[in-house]
Formats: sequence, structure tokens, C-alpha cells
Amino acid sequence: MSDHDVLPLRVYFGVFGTLLALTGLTTWIAYQDFGNLNTTIALVIASIKVVLVVLWFMHVKQSSGLVRIFALSGFFWLMILFGYTLSDYFTRTSVRGWE
Amino acid sequence: MSDATTSGRLAHHFESLEQQHESALLGMWAFLAQEVMFFGGLFTCYVVYRNLYHDAFVEGSHHLDVFLGTVNTAVLIGSSLTIALGVRSAQLGRPRATAGFIGATIALALVFFGIKSVEYWAKYEHGLIPGLAWHPEPGASPQLGIFFGLYFVMTGMHALHMLIGLGLMVVVGWRALRGRYGPDNFIGVEVLGLYWHFVDLVWIFLFPLLYLLGRHAH
Repeated sequence: MSDHDVLPLRVYFGVFGTLLALTGLTTWIAYQDFGNLNTTIALVIASIKVVLVVLWFMHVKQSSGLVRIFALSGFFWLMILFGYTLSDYFTRTSVRGWE
Repeated sequence: MSDATTSGRLAHHFESLEQQHESALLGMWAFLAQEVMFFGGLFTCYVVYRNLYHDAFVEGSHHLDVFLGTVNTAVLIGSSLTIALGVRSAQLGRPRATAGFIGATIALALVFFGIKSVEYWAKYEHGLIPGLAWHPEPGASPQLGIFFGLYFVMTGMHALHMLIGLGLMVVVGWRALRGRYGPDNFIGVEVLGLYWHFVDLVWIFLFPLLYLLGRHAH
């Protein structure tokens, strides 16, 4: 698909409506007690919103493979940054016996 | 509007308009990947400190206004819609609609700034700005300052990006009105759209991390 293909309006309004609904949902869920799962749920909802924006508002779904790789690269490096940093911090308690 | 501007000019170092367009897109995505890493460092910092001082961060979240935060999230999502429709209008060769949607995006961005300044002002009055006005209530967590330090750096950097976006929108909106973009030559609007959506993406994560996490606990 070429980048010049124009998406129909219903795609934009559909994504917009879904994003608003997910915003309401995440705020509502924040007040329900799911214990440690609250953090996971909030991050999953935020990630879904990001995927919607990237694929449709930012046209990555229509973009060439090269553009997609560029778009993914930032998130890939981000995972390396998070992965290595957190594998240190999140295992310190078991190693040193903090708290 | 002359042919040269509406159909797009091919720079001599490109083979086709298609290739020229693709190169600009790649450049923008490379820049955005760098931006992901820039904010990624701040998010990593947040996760590490939240893990170390969980209670202080829950306490910090309770000082923020969830209602205003939710409204601002909706406002920013709305501005993402308007700029996306602006790009679409440019693709279709409708310069006035393009400029109109960019104007609407500017208006929504100003609403966001208005709400944000109300929030910042409340923090000033409550003495919750580290370094500027810091006198939290007695009994507050000793690490509350770390939460608010991160809050102001992260939302401040986000606001700075929005401010830059506003400047770009004035320029691109003006150029759209002057008929500088056409169906084969809308990369300027598209790249602006990408930048603005990125600003929205950062906020989509900032909102739950700063305002929402730990709400259920009290």
C-alpha cells in the first residue's frame, strides 16, 4: 500500500472514539482494587492506545517495511533500556535481602 | 497557487517524488526513535524510583487532580484527531481545511496548557514544587520530592515539546494557507502530524503513571 492512500473518515473517528473510551476505562479501573494487577492493567491499556495511534493516526499500517522498522527501532531500544535496568533493580531484593 | 508548489518539487538528489517523500518520513521516524529514547530515560528513572519508594509515589499521585488529568488526556487525544484530519485534508489537496484543522489543534493545545497551568499553580500554592516552593505537610514521605521532581521534569519536558509543536503548527498552518502543500507534496504536514502524535503518545503513558497508579489503595 502506498502512503498516499487516504484513509476514510470513519477510521479516524473510530480510533478517536476508542481512545476516549480507553481513557475513561483506565481512569475508572484505577479506583477498583485489583491489587498488583492495577499497574499491569493501566500499562496494557496505555499500550493499546499507543498501538492505535501509531498504526492509524501515524499511518504505520500503510507505511513501507523500512518505515516500519524505523518506527519499531525506538521501542526495541527502549525494551533493552528497560530490560537491562530492571533486571538489575528488580532482583536486588532476592540477592541482598532488602526489607 | 502555481504548479510548482502544488505538485511538489523534486530535489535533484532524489529519483522520484515517492522516494523523496519516503526519505523525509524515514528521517522523521529516526528522529522520533531518538525522542523515544530521550523520554525512555525519564520513564526508566520513574520505574526505578517508584519501585524503591513505592509509598511516596502513591502519596504523590494522590496530590494530583485525576479529573483535570483525564480531561487533559481527552483534549490531547482530540488534538491528535484534528491534526490527523489536517494531514488527511492535505493529502486530498484542501489547503483551507488543512489550515483549519491545524488551527483547531492549536486551540486544543492551548486548552491543554490552560489546564496544565491550573494544576501547576495548585502545586505552587500547596508548596509541592521542589526547589521553588517546597513545604509539604508535616508527616509527608521524605521521598515525596523525588515524585514531584520527576513529575515536573516529565510533564515539563512534555510541555516543552508541545510548545515547539505549537510553533511548528503556526508555520505549517501559514504555509498551508499560502497553498504550499498539495496531494503530491504534503510531507511537511505529515511530519508535523507525526511529531504531534508522538507528543500525544508520551502523555498517554505519563497520565496513568503519574495520576492513576496507586489510586485504589486509599
